[in-house]
Amino acid sequence: MAEPILEVRDLVKHYPLTQGVLFKKQVGAVKAVDGVSFTLAKGETLGIVGESGCGKSTLAKVLMNLERATAGQVLYKGEDISRLSGAALKAVRRNIQMVFQDPYTSLNPRMTVGDIIGEPFEIHPEVAPKGDRRKAVQDLLDVVGLNPEYINRYPHQFSGGQRQRIGIARGLALKPEIIICDEPVSALDVSVQAQVINLLEQLQGEFELSYMFIAHDLSIVRHISDRVGVMYLGRMVEIGTDAEIYEHATHPYTQALLSAVPVPDPTGREGRERIILSGDIPSPANPPSGCRFRTRCWKAEERCATEVPLLAAPTLLTGDARHDSACHFAAEREVAAA
Amino acid sequence: MTTAPEKTTAGQDRLVPGTPLLEVRDLHVEFKTRDGVAKAVNGVNYSVAAGETLAVLGESGSGKSVTAQTIMGILDMPPGRVTAGEILFRGQDMLKMSNEERRKIRGRKIAMIFQDALSSLNPVLSVGYQLGEMFRVHEGASRKEAKAKAIELMDRVRIPAAAQRVNDYPHQFSGGMRQRIMIAMALALEPDLIIADEPTTALDVTVQAQVMDLLAELQAEYHMGLILITHDLGVVADVADKIAVMYAGRIVETAPVHDLYARPAHPYTKGLLRSIPRLDQKGEELYAIKGLPPNLYKVPAGCAFNPRCDVATDLCRTEIPALHQVTDRDGAELAGRKSACHLWKETLHG
Repeated sequence: MAEPILEVRDLVKHYPLTQGVLFKKQVGAVKAVDGVSFTLAKGETLGIVGESGCGKSTLAKVLMNLERATAGQVLYKGEDISRLSGAALKAVRRNIQMVFQDPYTSLNPRMTVGDIIGEPFEIHPEVAPKGDRRKAVQDLLDVVGLNPEYINRYPHQFSGGQRQRIGIARGLALKPEIIICDEPVSALDVSVQAQVINLLEQLQGEFELSYMFIAHDLSIVRHISDRVGVMYLGRMVEIGTDAEIYEHATHPYTQALLSAVPVPDPTGREGRERIILSGDIPSPANPPSGCRFRTRCWKAEERCATEVPLLAAPTLLTGDARHDSACHFAAEREVAAA
Repeated sequence: MTTAPEKTTAGQDRLVPGTPLLEVRDLHVEFKTRDGVAKAVNGVNYSVAAGETLAVLGESGSGKSVTAQTIMGILDMPPGRVTAGEILFRGQDMLKMSNEERRKIRGRKIAMIFQDALSSLNPVLSVGYQLGEMFRVHEGASRKEAKAKAIELMDRVRIPAAAQRVNDYPHQFSGGMRQRIMIAMALALEPDLIIADEPTTALDVTVQAQVMDLLAELQAEYHMGLILITHDLGVVADVADKIAVMYAGRIVETAPVHDLYARPAHPYTKGLLRSIPRLDQKGEELYAIKGLPPNLYKVPAGCAFNPRCDVATDLCRTEIPALHQVTDRDGAELAGRKSACHLWKETLHG
């Protein structure tokens, strides 16, 4: 693997739950992210999947330093950036940018497209000197496939897909090395999704970007990712290359998640075996002891309640099945995917 | 298509699978707004029978939800206006009925499940009260009876510990549970037809699987007709019997589910199927339909899809294609297959 550009070690983000008005005391914590480790290599796309409440968006915010980590480290080229502040933080942030989910609320309706895309230059004037900014913004519009003449238009004059292109242009403005995409296409129509995904892939090649691609749509994540991490209730439960995860998943949660995705092909739908999970995801304020998935897992035994499974490659498995999986009973599913 | 309306007594007759329930004929709906007239629905035809699942597939602005709201009679008029068409429920045109008559059908005969359960439920009333309301309003049940029936319904949609949770408020339930309550509410009066408008779009995949499973099971039990409105090609492939694809307020293709996925007869359907990434294979670059969905104030002349179509000809730019019956290479009609494309032959056989 290429050298890691971003390394995350035991990252924790707890939101305190307090009681009382005058004398606040902490009565617990929402454990949104609870000990997550992974690396992101240069030029790589790491997909993060998981259902709502699994902590994937909190993870993005902590990596961006929009939220302070409770514990753990975020190493950017070997330097811990999770404790930085002031000028040092500002300098690092130039290299890590974000594309948000909702192209309707993440663009200020009272700013022109030129102002929106050019705003990063106000904060980092060294990237584009004042006189060149208009030109730089027009170049960016061109890069993301919008007409450079649209520079004076307002966000409401664009469709959802075009707005997402504006968001991407803004993310590219400072020539970052890492872009964190938090559900970048989930608000778009199917026929427009493909356009935006192709654009992201094309830009990655052009600018040697590393992506962290957070999404709940497993098909899209497979399409764009080199490696995929699966999160459940604040923990990474399985991580590996796309083939390892999608064809040789060993964690029961990943297996259930994959089997639940509707396949856009009616052939053989009657024979398709689907794992229907019982119950709902537990509260992250009070997660189950041991393995967090055990309350909904069909393999759970006593050991799962007492012993936290570590994210490691199971020594008993071979081939593609041998990748990091946080389960005491990690094994491939018997039935082949339809 | 003229079946005499069955006698509907207070006791519910069992539905016979295959009985025609609803037929929409050449429906046109438009909205008068400050910016002009938006033609949301421009001649929609579809039908659904008991025990059958019709999936209406389309992107935002294709008119799929407006059609459903017109069927339910819950479209805001004005600004909405039905300019032409018929909606036949068991042979009777609902558009000609009085409000009184329609109210008897709404909820009792045709029920609807909405996308966003949290905003469809009243946050200040308990779910038991809201479920019971169906029985109190439509059947004059007492509060006690209504509550008992509410618990029974919650049991039927598999909400655990229904008797304890009947007095809980919507915010105390998870998203999946709230959608079950919406389904329970739709089922309450054992309707003949359920219209589900993006019922699982707001849910996670594992919860979506639970909810779709439940819907399929209930449909098998009661043989009701189901109109499933969605943009998700995966969900459609899983549950639909037949599909109507909508674009810019028109049906562009109808087909039985297997035929549509195997051999689409309209370039839009073909493009959609090619543009979605697949879970079971890692593909090359995705095919992307070029351009943007049309502006309903200015639908392109001719075929509305022509500016985005790879095979459009001059004919497509001037003449609106009719919904042609699709035939195989030998000219034999393919059952249930229609395509609104001048070049359907080339698309299907080419």
